[in-house]
Amino acid sequence: MSPIVKKKREHYVLPTKYWLLILTLLCVVTMVVSFSTDIFTKPLSTISGYVVVPFQKGLTGVGSYILNRTENFKNLQNVMEENEQLKIMVDNLTKENIELAQDKYELTKLRELYELDKKYEEYTKVGARIIARDTGNWYSNFIIDKGSDDGVQVNCNIIAGNGLVGRVVAVGPNYAKVTSIISDNVNTSAMILATGDNLLVTGDLEMMSKNLIPFSRLYDDKDRVTIGDKIVTSNISDKYLPGLLVGYVSTISTDSNNLTKSGTLIPAVDFKHLEEVLVIMELKETVE
Amino acid sequence: MKKEILSVFLLMVSFLLQSTLLSRFTLGGIVPNLMIVMIATFGFLLGNRTGMWLGFVFGLLTDVFFGNIIGFYACLYMLVGYLNGAFEKILFSHDIKLPLLLIVCTDFVYSNACYILLFLLKGKFDYLYYLRGVILPELIYTTVLACIIYPFIHFIFEKIDAFDLKHNGETYIEEQ
Repeated sequence: MSPIVKKKREHYVLPTKYWLLILTLLCVVTMVVSFSTDIFTKPLSTISGYVVVPFQKGLTGVGSYILNRTENFKNLQNVMEENEQLKIMVDNLTKENIELAQDKYELTKLRELYELDKKYEEYTKVGARIIARDTGNWYSNFIIDKGSDDGVQVNCNIIAGNGLVGRVVAVGPNYAKVTSIISDNVNTSAMILATGDNLLVTGDLEMMSKNLIPFSRLYDDKDRVTIGDKIVTSNISDKYLPGLLVGYVSTISTDSNNLTKSGTLIPAVDFKHLEEVLVIMELKETVE
Repeated sequence: MKKEILSVFLLMVSFLLQSTLLSRFTLGGIVPNLMIVMIATFGFLLGNRTGMWLGFVFGLLTDVFFGNIIGFYACLYMLVGYLNGAFEKILFSHDIKLPLLLIVCTDFVYSNACYILLFLLKGKFDYLYYLRGVILPELIYTTVLACIIYPFIHFIFEKIDAFDLKHNGETYIEEQ
């Protein structure tokens, strides 16, 4: 018998502070790597896409259901009242409809006149539902329930109604991450529809609370741009298809350099109440 | 071990809620930060090691879905879990006041870190606006949420302890 009794060695555990250091370094490395390349996006998004997205779809469904039910109750109480209002509305709408029909006629004539080669209606669009939103209060990213399996690609443009919402920045098999033009880290190249002057639309958290988006770098030396002018995505943007409506000029002022103008615009899309969006499947063709 | 599994499950649920249902029930356009409440609570109740790992994993999940660069939220959430865990041995978990204060401080520090890293470095210097518009409302909403969630989780953990004591005759011993 050996006099040395072998004690069972205690299982060695690396102290937590070292783990913290290792993981922090790992985070820094991944931050640097993902800043320059996107090698992590594909495997991570595929895994999480299959695990998380089905739940998000379900829960969003539940949320919509609850909201709809509460709204149904309200509607039930106000239904009589509303009926009266609706009757008045129908009259107004009929009148409006006639006016719109005239406008439509005018529009077709104008389109022929300008011979626009691409129109909104000609893009193939796919409807998608927003299933998750950014967890924080800083940015306005969201997740839609269509992904690469449905043919959605990175840089696909997203519209809602007739206004631009944003573009796809990452795709998983069954979901896509969309960053909206109101996000604080996003710039959009746009132009004034009437004059064709280019400008830069910059997302800003501070202005968005007033439902405005700031724009800048507008060259308008002849003072032709006025309040209410339509702003659309520009021809020179490499991400956005030309001619998508961004919003309407709200305020405008000359910069201190006396060369450019800046101001704010009212977005064409109601970003607070987005539920369904349209994905334009065509990508902007760029010179590679 | 039961507690760890439960906390992973609850964090998963809160991540899903945070990204889906909570953003529909906002007050003044502000979403409460359920993730921070959960990670701070679990860090505080389970120690810095568990808190760190939970924060890392769920931060990474947030990064994949909503982050612009992978590793940003992972790093922040990990630090939240770790630092809250450091208070495990200092504060008494039965008294709700101090843990609540800890969670509130965590959210405040976290929001400020977000402001500094995401906005200040881009040259957005209007701190007061962000304080009034985002940080404080989120803080208040989050505090209300923490008042409900912390006692709930603490209650469940006590039940688990009592169960273990009854069936195995041993209390939960922290691995360190």
